[in-house]
Amino acid sequence: MSELEGIYAVWLREAKIYIREKERLISAVISPLLWIFGFGGGLGSSVQSMSGYPYQTFIYPGIMVMTVLFTSLFYGVYIIWDRKLDFLKEVLVAPVSRASVFAGKMLGGATDAMVQVVYLIIIGFFISIPFTPLVIIEAFLMLLLISIAMVSIGLVIGANLKSPEGFSLIINFVMWPMFFFSGALFPVSNLGPWLSAITFINPLTYGVDAMRGIILNINHFPIMLDVAALALFAAMMIGLGVASFKRM
Amino acid sequence: MTIKTEALTKKFGKITAVNELNLEVEEGEIFGLLGPNGAGKTTLISMLCTILKPTSGRAWVNGFDIVKEPGKVRKSIGIVFQQASVDDLLTGRENLALHNLLFEVPKAIRKQRINEVLAIVNLEKRADDFVNTYSGGMRRRLELARGIMHHPKILFLDEPTLGLDPQTREHIWDYIKELAQKECMTVLLTTHYMEEAEQLCDRVAIIDYGKIAALDSPDALKSRVAGDVVTIKQRIPDIESIKKLDYVMKAEDKDGLLYISIKDAGKHLQDLLSNSGPIDFVEVRRGTLNDVFLHYTGREIREAEAEGGFWERMMKR
Repeated sequence: MSELEGIYAVWLREAKIYIREKERLISAVISPLLWIFGFGGGLGSSVQSMSGYPYQTFIYPGIMVMTVLFTSLFYGVYIIWDRKLDFLKEVLVAPVSRASVFAGKMLGGATDAMVQVVYLIIIGFFISIPFTPLVIIEAFLMLLLISIAMVSIGLVIGANLKSPEGFSLIINFVMWPMFFFSGALFPVSNLGPWLSAITFINPLTYGVDAMRGIILNINHFPIMLDVAALALFAAMMIGLGVASFKRM
Repeated sequence: MTIKTEALTKKFGKITAVNELNLEVEEGEIFGLLGPNGAGKTTLISMLCTILKPTSGRAWVNGFDIVKEPGKVRKSIGIVFQQASVDDLLTGRENLALHNLLFEVPKAIRKQRINEVLAIVNLEKRADDFVNTYSGGMRRRLELARGIMHHPKILFLDEPTLGLDPQTREHIWDYIKELAQKECMTVLLTTHYMEEAEQLCDRVAIIDYGKIAALDSPDALKSRVAGDVVTIKQRIPDIESIKKLDYVMKAEDKDGLLYISIKDAGKHLQDLLSNSGPIDFVEVRRGTLNDVFLHYTGREIREAEAEGGFWERMMKR
């Protein structure tokens, strides 16, 4: 019970701060808009269609995953700031286990990402994405799982670093390869052998595939494999994250 | 015994921050740790709060072993850190509410506790403002309120009044004294301010190089070491004959002035002056804790190596 309250306390703090930092909320709306209309609309005007869908529609699931990926990974930087500004000490001396502190922070990061998902779903209605209530629920749960895995990576990196600058540097090396080799912008079915090898070991590939399956009915892998691969990866990252928090 | 350490040691690489330190603090006592920068005060407190693991030795807080039962130790203590750790983007009340959750204050009394501590530190009117609109003193008071809200048996205060104006400091001292009495709380505080130690502490320990150099009540320390200080300017400098007087504890020549520590100025001043030859200047003052402090720790300025910021130390491991 008390551990649950500890998780709740850490999460509540994150949620309140998120709502109060207007810059975060605003950038959360703007960056997916740019990708969908700037990139998807722009490239879509010269690319005819992909797997039977307009390009903008085809990359919509990928943009969702990307948005969650960016927000979730970058969330790890807040742990460094918290530490620099000493906000974290209060939590670290509380009679709450480090696993709970990690869980609270992780849920806080996932909340940020899921708020963006809600915006994206609303945008989706305007660009005629074939949504049904079931699709929305499935998509939401899948993105939550992706977010949990990615927030955990961010927290692992954040917990082991001292400087926000170092964090941005490292996170870029994680984020861009994950994004480019995930099939978010192109289908993974007809890639060369070395490129497809990279996409297969990238956990995000399974997230993109699952999302495309849920929303557009295009699957490269069975959906259960997607879920299992991501769940396994998320579990590993959570384990690493708790271990990193214990050393703090 | 509320706090007890046995040969408690903490090393950071080659630096020994706390060196086989033995300390006993009684229940209900306000106990001060004095020491120069880098003496090991914060490291000692960090170990007692279970944030840092000792390299060797043992310690008990409220009867619980700091290494084996850190959870129980944490439930017994409240901490006010050197640097503010209240959350800027939350209101004072929200900060306290989070603390209630983290420190397992029973649900039924949470609201009442918050109002109680807000009243103690006089922050009721500003409780619903964001902390980033608070002054330094208000933050400190909020932090103090937070530290005591779960009614800890032992309160750790790391430089509780660092950087505050004299008015706020007086206020905070009053709160601490009142609290210690009302709640029968033990208080362990570190400070650089000698008058803070004199006003607040029942006993003080002077710590240097990770060891206790002296430990007693402020009064006892003063009469033991400092006595009274007589400053004179002799026409014909003659420090040796003054040193020979049996009530003179110490005599130092600095820039032509002679600083003489004597046991009881009221009794011996006349005799001292008659033994000094013709003089141009005389001044008598009571010994202070500052004199005691300098006596035990010397005058040179320390490299504050072993005791950097909390996180620098955490990251060094």
